[in-house]
Amino acid sequence: MSETLETVLRLAGVLVAFLLVPLLVGQVEHKAMAHMQGRVGPMYAGAFHGWAQLVADGVKFVQKEDVVPAAADRMVFKIAPAVALVPYLVAMLVIPIGPGLVGQDLDVGLFFVIAVMGVGVVGSLMGGWSSANKFSLLGGIRVAAQLMAYELPFVLAAASVAMAAGTLSLTGIVEAWNPWWLLWQAIAAVVFFVSGLAEVQRPPFDMPVADAEIVFGPYTEYGGLRFALFILAEYAGIVVLSALTAVLFLGGWRGPFEDQLGWLWTLLKTMAVAFVVIWVRVAYPRLREDQLQRLAWQGLVPLALLQLAITAVGAVMTA
Amino acid sequence: MAGSSTTLQTAYFGSYVPLLAIIVVGVLLVFAMFGGNALLRPSHATPEKLLTYECGVDPVGEGWAQTHVRYYVYAYLYVVFAVDAVFLFPWATVFAGLGWVSVAEMGVFIGFIAVGLVYAWRKGVLTWT
Repeated sequence: MSETLETVLRLAGVLVAFLLVPLLVGQVEHKAMAHMQGRVGPMYAGAFHGWAQLVADGVKFVQKEDVVPAAADRMVFKIAPAVALVPYLVAMLVIPIGPGLVGQDLDVGLFFVIAVMGVGVVGSLMGGWSSANKFSLLGGIRVAAQLMAYELPFVLAAASVAMAAGTLSLTGIVEAWNPWWLLWQAIAAVVFFVSGLAEVQRPPFDMPVADAEIVFGPYTEYGGLRFALFILAEYAGIVVLSALTAVLFLGGWRGPFEDQLGWLWTLLKTMAVAFVVIWVRVAYPRLREDQLQRLAWQGLVPLALLQLAITAVGAVMTA
Repeated sequence: MAGSSTTLQTAYFGSYVPLLAIIVVGVLLVFAMFGGNALLRPSHATPEKLLTYECGVDPVGEGWAQTHVRYYVYAYLYVVFAVDAVFLFPWATVFAGLGWVSVAEMGVFIGFIAVGLVYAWRKGVLTWT
């Protein structure tokens, strides 16, 4: 019975994290981006520096009309936001934030997370096709093009960490982590982060939703709650990507007083990476789709292969 | 369910029970959101509102229009490479114990992929058509 209770508590913890942390990142984006651009951002909702802005947005979205275009493929159109959102909840289950502090430690955790993150993209493809809208279709095609570009370097960079740690368990990887990995796995870390940005369609890789060209890409026909779910999926994606980067490359809970404060280190590192995601959005202009292909196939993939060779030699020499 | 009597198999499949549970939780969460939405939302569907959006003018032709997919060669390339990459994972967990022999094998593997990539590059496949 106590085992069941523990499992329920862990699931509840994952659900709370899933509902809170993306909002936190969203609020940080509102405020940090505003100040980087010489604005103040939301100031009214919740009185103190607009802290409740996203809560207010949620209250608004839940009251909005449910519009499904007459021409759309109704069933696919309706479930697409859920397909985009739920995988990130599932991914959060296996990401550890402290020693033993994980929803469920899988021995193939790394492989599992990458597979599940791939499913989230299917939601965007479904939305792009089912909307029966030219902008959505072009956006969906761009999502697919992006998938071709980032997935391979993403997987290769992750494989490099698995080789270094000798395990696919995310907990095992953090335990095997050593500060000199910051140097040894530096190329993989950059490749992983950049291709991860493309996976969650964040600027400078947001051409699937490029607002100046194709309105809002695959989400053009969406409104109300379904639109909100797509946006929530984007921020959940940032959280999962940041947490994975922190766990794989920055040592997760490793740091001073890791036995007591391990979870704090993971959260701090995750938020630091998430801040970089926001920073990059403000700092760089959008790439074209062909520029992303070139960056991926002629830059990231060769770099990732080089990293695999470096990792193989290093791991055998230290084994 | 005492730890000592747990066989390997129940431990293995046991770790996937929370996984199924969280998927169920996710689906329930979505249903709860739309349940709340159904209670609170208005519904005034008009033909204009349900029309496909095309910058405010009436849509021309079908939404599923013909387009030129310019990256299909990338797609072939991607499928080939991704299948290769999947084999890295089981190998990654054991190779360090096998020593330099496995590094040499790795070199052959990476070499094949790299040569394939260079070939595609030289053939001009890695350009947007």
